[in-house]
Amino acid sequence: MRKRENNIFAGIDWVLILLYLTLVFLGWISIYAATVSPSDTQILDFSTLYGKHIQKIGFGLILAVIAISIDAKFYERFSGVIYILTLIALVGLFLFGANINGATSWYRIGGFTLQPSEFAKVGAALALANFLSEPNRDLNNLKSQLNAFAILLIPAVLITLQPDAGSALIYASLVFVMYREGLPAYYIVIGLSAIILFVATLAFGLKITLLTIFGLIALFFIYLIKNNHFAIKREWPKLIAFYLCVGVFIFSVDYIYNNVFEKRHQDRFNILLGKTADTQGIGYNTDQSMITIGSGGLTGKGFLEGDRTQGKFVPEQHTDYIFSTVGEEWGFLGTTAVILLFTAFILRILTLAERQKSPFSRIFGYATAIIFFFHFMINIGMVIGLLPTIGIPLPFFSYGGSSLWGFTLLVFIFIRLDADRTYEW
Amino acid sequence: MERKYLAYFSIIGISILFILRLFYLQVIDSSYRNSPLNNSAVAIKYDYPKRGYIYDRNGILLVANQPSYDIMIIPQDVRELDTLEFCDLLKITKEDLIKRYRRARTYSPRIPSVFLTQLSKENYAFLQEKMYKYKGFYIQKRLLRQYPVKSAPNVLGYLGEVNEDDLKKNKYYQLGEIFGVNGIEKQYEELLRGVKGVKFIQKNRFNKEIGPYKEGQYDTVPIIGKDLTLTIDSKLQQYGEQLMVNKRGGIVAIEPSSGEILSLVSMPTYDPNRMVGRKRSKNSVELFGDTINRPMFDRGLLAQYPPGSPFKIINALIGLQEEVITPDTHFYCYGGYKYGRAANNFMGCHCGVYGAPIKLDRGIYKSCNAYFANVYRRTIEKYGKASKGTDVWNEHVESFGLGNFLGTDLPTGKKGLVPDSKMYDKYYPGGGWRAPTIISNAIGQGEVLTTPIQLANMTAAIANRGHFFTPHILKKIDNKAIEIEAYTKPKHTTIDPKHFEPIVQGMFNVFEKGTAQGSRVKGITIGGKTGTAENFASFNGKRFQFKDHSVFVAFAPIDKPKIAIAVFVENGYWGSRWAGPIATLMIEKYLNGETKRPYLEKRMFEGSLQEEYDDQLAVEKAAREEYQKEQQLLKEQQLAQKGE
Repeated sequence: MRKRENNIFAGIDWVLILLYLTLVFLGWISIYAATVSPSDTQILDFSTLYGKHIQKIGFGLILAVIAISIDAKFYERFSGVIYILTLIALVGLFLFGANINGATSWYRIGGFTLQPSEFAKVGAALALANFLSEPNRDLNNLKSQLNAFAILLIPAVLITLQPDAGSALIYASLVFVMYREGLPAYYIVIGLSAIILFVATLAFGLKITLLTIFGLIALFFIYLIKNNHFAIKREWPKLIAFYLCVGVFIFSVDYIYNNVFEKRHQDRFNILLGKTADTQGIGYNTDQSMITIGSGGLTGKGFLEGDRTQGKFVPEQHTDYIFSTVGEEWGFLGTTAVILLFTAFILRILTLAERQKSPFSRIFGYATAIIFFFHFMINIGMVIGLLPTIGIPLPFFSYGGSSLWGFTLLVFIFIRLDADRTYEW
Repeated sequence: MERKYLAYFSIIGISILFILRLFYLQVIDSSYRNSPLNNSAVAIKYDYPKRGYIYDRNGILLVANQPSYDIMIIPQDVRELDTLEFCDLLKITKEDLIKRYRRARTYSPRIPSVFLTQLSKENYAFLQEKMYKYKGFYIQKRLLRQYPVKSAPNVLGYLGEVNEDDLKKNKYYQLGEIFGVNGIEKQYEELLRGVKGVKFIQKNRFNKEIGPYKEGQYDTVPIIGKDLTLTIDSKLQQYGEQLMVNKRGGIVAIEPSSGEILSLVSMPTYDPNRMVGRKRSKNSVELFGDTINRPMFDRGLLAQYPPGSPFKIINALIGLQEEVITPDTHFYCYGGYKYGRAANNFMGCHCGVYGAPIKLDRGIYKSCNAYFANVYRRTIEKYGKASKGTDVWNEHVESFGLGNFLGTDLPTGKKGLVPDSKMYDKYYPGGGWRAPTIISNAIGQGEVLTTPIQLANMTAAIANRGHFFTPHILKKIDNKAIEIEAYTKPKHTTIDPKHFEPIVQGMFNVFEKGTAQGSRVKGITIGGKTGTAENFASFNGKRFQFKDHSVFVAFAPIDKPKIAIAVFVENGYWGSRWAGPIATLMIEKYLNGETKRPYLEKRMFEGSLQEEYDDQLAVEKAAREEYQKEQQLLKEQQLAQKGE
């Protein structure tokens, strides 16, 4: 064991910090464009949203400095405690939370609001990294699997109850971290198959999906039998069970969709699957956002020249739909640049994670990359009309202190862990 | 397998997918760009120009505009208001207010919709001063038509609101705008409406208008609608409508030398003002729902009847042209024409010229069935095979504008029917049909169907001795005569002009010695032909015969025809009973400006055929009921069988 040098900036990955700062800066530019009004005179007017966001960035930078100043060992040692604290914060919402836009996801403290679910991601990432990095942890073992799932499921359930299903989805994404650490592949296969079956059932209806899928399975088994991979005499119960599972799943999707889903959930899927065209009701936001992005063209209309952005026509444009501002004012070149920046940012974290010697650091880095990736994928996918309306923020771009700080903590905790990778501790 | 690659692949894959999608949205699909129309951050305000007026051929104003005002609502802008005062102003109840508000809100909270339609001028003046108090409400001017002359709704048409289907057909309109739905209003919609002006206004999410969009560079100014002058003679039209009171049918009068339609009467009719104003929807339901009288059905253009005896004239002309007869060819009539060996192969005739030779002239003015059966048979059999003869005949008939659309400038029409050999081959598979099989066509009674306007046009072609001009209804645009080649270029029939003189002579004699002696007009030489078209209807395989339709075609004066007319009166017994007097009264009125046959006129004004229509309706109803009973019985039997 070697003593760490006093300089906290030693071993820091400046590439990642530069990417982080670039994204935060572009985020602020976008929020400024989306919220500025002609009567505003100065940038540091803290009554405006873009002015407030500067304060939030400032506070975020302080958090960042704190995060990289703390000893790396602290995070591993106290990961459980941090996790528990975030859970308490989530539970506390049911008692002290403020209801904003129909969801009780915020604490109101003075003039500020705090959204604990944004911090719970940090807690869950830390706890999962801590749990999976224990020596002899084997994810082929059912007990380990269940424990790991529980770590993700508890905050996910608490957040779903707020209700904020979009944020809860992020915890599901951490299953990919478990896969990286040895979770059997069939979890991923089954999960993806379920999603495909789910969408197919909604898109093509019960009968067609059922017949097609059963036909495909039959063909698959005929192939196996012909090549002597499958002895039907011995293994027919497996075959039947397989058919039953698939059938039951498709039926229950159909049932849940028709009987459990509320109209608004159905609508979201219907619009996405192209079953109904709706540009006024529930599909309004996405439609507006697509028109706004499309109107930007190749090079965009120019900074503060986006008439749809300046007309404040996309609802929630400064939060969930912030990407449409980039699309209108900076065009295809701008959106591509932002997407490439995000890709570089996430790949950088992933690459750094893979070079970690300490399993804890690696897993935490991996979790960080996956969390960013899913936010990026779901948010932009929604804004450009590829995914249903799921309300989660685009990291560093969407207005809001909690998410900015949550993401900042994730990045800088990882930078700290990475900086210490050379030290055996 | 290296598990870490899954994440790399996913991230890079998703990024590529996103970039491709954005490339499509922003670069390939250009529908979002460059058009303020696709831009909902821009409010579009339309400036509707005055809709053109419509005049008759003598300058009588038929269609004008009247101002009217709608109260519009934008539900999300509505603030608390003094409901008591507001209801009082609008003269509605509080319940009504809430109901209307809810309805608008359900439609859309952001998009303006009509809250209350068609305020009177007085109400508007009063309300306008107080509207500032009611946020989210505003007054919008609406186009309403006004009809100073209560006549010819079938010609003029009416206005309606653009619905979603119309939007798909024509991109010019917005939902709820006003446009011509029928008649002239529809046909000449683009002339009448002008072009609306468009103003683009930048607004924000709250529908607040910030100012003109891009300094108004996309804005356009409205172009005023054009005034139209019709070929219709409004006085004649009204007179025709009066004559047809309590009767069903149509009158079409055409100026043979130009093809201008002088009148187009369809009865029963209605006051065009009923399709305007607050009671419009109620009236509309009533008018369209009247399936017995069918006032919205333009009988002059759409009703297809067998033409009856006037069609004999065409057959005579074809006989002359095909040289199967000369004017001096004679046939005999023994109370009818026997066209086959069987006892019932006999076509009766009421010409009354028993056993004496009948030449063309007498054949026409006595309307002898036997004469025309002989002529027709000779025509069909001229080429040996009936099919060839029929097709030659068909070509001649169609050259008179029968059996196809005339190409008029009226938005509706019917083809009618002129059979050809193909049709009969279908009817009688394996062939075997010959001239006697289709002999009824000789007297306009077989498969032939014509509309009154086709008959009038046919008469015009006879009056012109062999050609006609496409009938049309538009005379002037903004008081400038139209010049359209389709209307000024004569369409020649396949009959030589020389064959017309003996025919015209026969038609003249219809009044002098023939079937229409009672309709003679002093001082006017008229050529005409009566018709009595049998009126069959079949229900459930049973054939019923009702009172015959009364038909008459005429033109006058003989030498320089100024008017050609066709009159069709449903269930009018026979040609000279109703249609003849009506046709000649119309001619007299048009040529002399007045009529000097008060007795006849009175008989027409007061005559009613309502009883006949009621009788027919009763029979039809009984037949329908019987049919339903049979069906019911059949159903019960089937059920009983199943039970066993």
